[in-house]
Amino acid sequence: MKAAKRNSILVHMAAAIVSLVILLPFAWMIEASIAPQRDLISRPLRWIPSGFDLTRYAEIFGGGGGGVGQTFRAALVNSTIVAVAVVLISMAVGILGGYAFARLRFPFRRATLMVFLATYMLPQIALLIPLYFILSSLSLLDTKIGLILVDSSLVIPFTLWILSNYFLTIPVELEDAARIDGTSRVGALFRIILPSAKPGIFAAMMFSFLLAWDEFMYALIFTSSDAAKTLPVAISEFAGRYTTDFGLVAAGGLITALPPIIVAIIFQRYVVSGMGAGAVKG
Amino acid sequence: MSARTAATGQRRPRKENQTRLAFWLLLPAAVVVFGIIVYPVIRTLIVSFFEVQSALAVETPFVGLDNYVQAFMSSRFWGAIGRTLYFTIVSTVLELALGLAMAGLLNARLRARWLFRAIVVIPWAVPTIVNAAMWKGIFNAQYGSLNALLTQLGIIPEYYAWLGDPFVALNMVILADAWKTTPLVAFFLLAGLTSIPPELYESARLDRASWPRIFRSIVLPLLVPSISIVVVLRTVEAFKVFDIIYTMTRGGPANGTQTIAYYAYVTAFSNQNFGFGSALSYIIVLVILLLSATYLRILRRSEMSLL
Amino acid sequence: MTITMNRFKRAAAALGAMAAGALVLSGCGVTGAGDGSGGGGGLSPDASAGTTGEVNVLFMKQAGYTEDDIATMIEDFNQEYPDVTVNPTFVSYEALHDKIVTAAPSGTYDVVLMDVIWPAEFASTGIVADITDRYPAEWNDEMLGGALITAKYQGKYYGVPWYPSTKLFYYNADMVEKVGASESDLETWDGVLEVAKKIKEQEGVQYPIAWSWGQAEALICDYAQVLGAFGGQFTDDSGKLIINQGPGVEALTWMKKTIDDGLTNPNSTTFLEDDVSKTMATGQAAFSLNWESTFRDLNDPSISQVVDQVGVLATPKGQSGERPGVNGAMALGIASRAKNPDAAWNFITFISSQQEQEKFVKSTLPSWKASYEDESVTKTNPEVFAAAKIAYDSSILRPQVPDYSPVSLIIQVELQNALLGKKSPQQAMDDAVAAGNDVLND
Repeated sequence: MKAAKRNSILVHMAAAIVSLVILLPFAWMIEASIAPQRDLISRPLRWIPSGFDLTRYAEIFGGGGGGVGQTFRAALVNSTIVAVAVVLISMAVGILGGYAFARLRFPFRRATLMVFLATYMLPQIALLIPLYFILSSLSLLDTKIGLILVDSSLVIPFTLWILSNYFLTIPVELEDAARIDGTSRVGALFRIILPSAKPGIFAAMMFSFLLAWDEFMYALIFTSSDAAKTLPVAISEFAGRYTTDFGLVAAGGLITALPPIIVAIIFQRYVVSGMGAGAVKG
Repeated sequence: MSARTAATGQRRPRKENQTRLAFWLLLPAAVVVFGIIVYPVIRTLIVSFFEVQSALAVETPFVGLDNYVQAFMSSRFWGAIGRTLYFTIVSTVLELALGLAMAGLLNARLRARWLFRAIVVIPWAVPTIVNAAMWKGIFNAQYGSLNALLTQLGIIPEYYAWLGDPFVALNMVILADAWKTTPLVAFFLLAGLTSIPPELYESARLDRASWPRIFRSIVLPLLVPSISIVVVLRTVEAFKVFDIIYTMTRGGPANGTQTIAYYAYVTAFSNQNFGFGSALSYIIVLVILLLSATYLRILRRSEMSLL
Repeated sequence: MTITMNRFKRAAAALGAMAAGALVLSGCGVTGAGDGSGGGGGLSPDASAGTTGEVNVLFMKQAGYTEDDIATMIEDFNQEYPDVTVNPTFVSYEALHDKIVTAAPSGTYDVVLMDVIWPAEFASTGIVADITDRYPAEWNDEMLGGALITAKYQGKYYGVPWYPSTKLFYYNADMVEKVGASESDLETWDGVLEVAKKIKEQEGVQYPIAWSWGQAEALICDYAQVLGAFGGQFTDDSGKLIINQGPGVEALTWMKKTIDDGLTNPNSTTFLEDDVSKTMATGQAAFSLNWESTFRDLNDPSISQVVDQVGVLATPKGQSGERPGVNGAMALGIASRAKNPDAAWNFITFISSQQEQEKFVKSTLPSWKASYEDESVTKTNPEVFAAAKIAYDSSILRPQVPDYSPVSLIIQVELQNALLGKKSPQQAMDDAVAAGNDVLND
């Protein structure tokens, strides 16, 4: 009894320490976003801000006319559209393909999956220049659609892998029962497999959203204007007019981090079951 | 209809149907992925055999393997490879060790476990660029909070330029990367941990086995598949690392953080040497393929479901 | 299992087929870039052309004209050309070069802002158009000499100078006065170091001098001015690097010594110009080199704590008696695949005209000789004009060669190696010259 209680206390302490280490940098960023700039460059550093400076957020949300805020808001819209579209596309494609890998027997099955996964091994720099010319010739440079396409190519191997792994863990008997009753394979996919695959689906959705939101290199090279620029690119351009106000970077960074954090917190409980199920067999 | 066909002549029709169905189900994925990737991959390979010194490809003499030879004879290339290897090994080992411990914590019986898990997920969700910008500010030589914290706690006598020394800067980048990536690793490992049947723990404890012993003979062997996946993923990611370098250090100081992918980027875009840059990119591809092939063999032996 | 072998064989076959296909398609040129459509600004101007359509312009963010300045310029331009829509894009200086390169094949921008070190590279790779034919002859007389050569390469012009620029010497006048020194003491670097020592001891400023010695072009600019002060050059007449001889090494040794003596902020090796400006603005440095627009920033109460305390002079003289400023002029070029080159030309000539430039002298100075004689202009920014008058008289050029970018990178790394104490200055410069000359000879 005593040992168990002591262990429990130790574990809770460890968890508390880990939480602290994780949150401290993040907390500092929050504080920096609302601290007046002179506090941020004071030495010794003032930990408690002397006042609350919300002008950065005001600038980001309200500032107009070619200023930082306008670009940032445009980037926010772009990132949202691109990420949502990528999730939709890669989920749709991943579900269909994942089913094929999990349930169907066909020649080159293993090789095909290997090739899909192998695309992940390619560094983006290897594809950058030819992709740039392709997008240019299709007039897809500086467009959200172009970005959606290239980002999907990055994300789909992941969704294929996660979903096919998860579908494998769903007992075949469920499907067979439905199919004997006359349901087609595709029908079985939608009516039997998908409802039971929620953890895998949510895990895949979370991965795709995070990946798409996070993507930087393609966005940096393939976009240039507010029409298609995403948040990571906007943040990297935050060298302001005069000095780099870290508070502004922090404010922008927080807003950029918020959507994926919310998505992650909501979906994280599915991640464990969504991924683990296929990892070990027997 | 199905009752009858189920009993007769199943083999051949079903197999053909399966292939055709698989084809259609996989077509969308293939179109997007291969349509976008395959052509550029081959194009880059072709470019690497030419000397291309302009974005407008004015004159492009064929040089065969010259670009590759030039790479292997260049000390900057080996420097970049060395740094990338160091980055890969250190960050993978670090994230694996910390991730394992974190996974154990995530798996433990905690009050408000959901809160702990929600906190742990935050760094994973923070976009790479934001993470890099945040740590760049923390490590700032003049105003960074790390300097402030350490001096105010009396641990260091005066402010230090964390990103000012080539080797130290590389390690700081590893730290920044580890903060963001360890939770991801932890969750992966947690997935593996949770699939270990609790009965194994109980019977071990009935046998009065100590925790280290349990860890070594039960947990670790059963975690090998998860660990393997993590090692492959992290190695590939580390070898491709670019975003965090671009934002935090731009390859400096004194090229101290110039990893191979960043070197390829600089060669292609800052120096407009696209032929050489393409060769460098392909060398990265080859190294990654080599490493992954080695790992995948290990994976296959541990009975990963599909592979 | 033998699946491995089969898998590889099949994958190889598939790749082979696709490679063959791609080779067939490679009729579009190796990189797939394809031939650009006409474009380019090398044609003689047609008076009626270039009055409609869109012009996409790539500017930079820091230093020089601000985004607000440019917005005003566009408005003024639209008074004269109401049917032309100008779309400006702003990127940081560090991203500017790469952006121009990546945008080149698709003609994303009609007008691009270039640093003086790039026209050689862009001209030889065909990225910007030869606009010598558009140049009015009067410019030879009316424009400052240092500005005129900004976009000149092999006798042709590839851009229009937008403003001259050099690094001026900024000093905290209050601190200087408090230690009993005056402006005349700051005419030479030796004098500056003397005063710095006093400020360090008496005023408690730990590191009186701040530099932009981060691994970036900024480092070369600082080095250039010190090199010039020691009477040196980057290359000899044949174009070979000679910075590992005499003044080249002396300059670097001097720079390192100021760190060792505790006069230069050691964090300078992580600084860009913005960081240097910030350090002055918080009173943590008494001396620094920076571009003309820094004067405006240091007197901006929303960011500076030293408003009205700062003076500006031309860069100090070295032991050689020379004080050349690094030529950091900027020029506007027309992209070779620009979609609207004539309108682009009109835009460029408008915003670089004397009349337009004189409105924004608080940000940066004009390229026209007449402006410097006109008192009504100079009095809007007297300190900077006074310093610039001396500074623009002699300048040191970084090598204007097509391969400048990789050479600069090599030199930056070696300079940092020496400043960080990893190599001796002589060794660092020897390595830099060896590697650099290799690239130049390629």
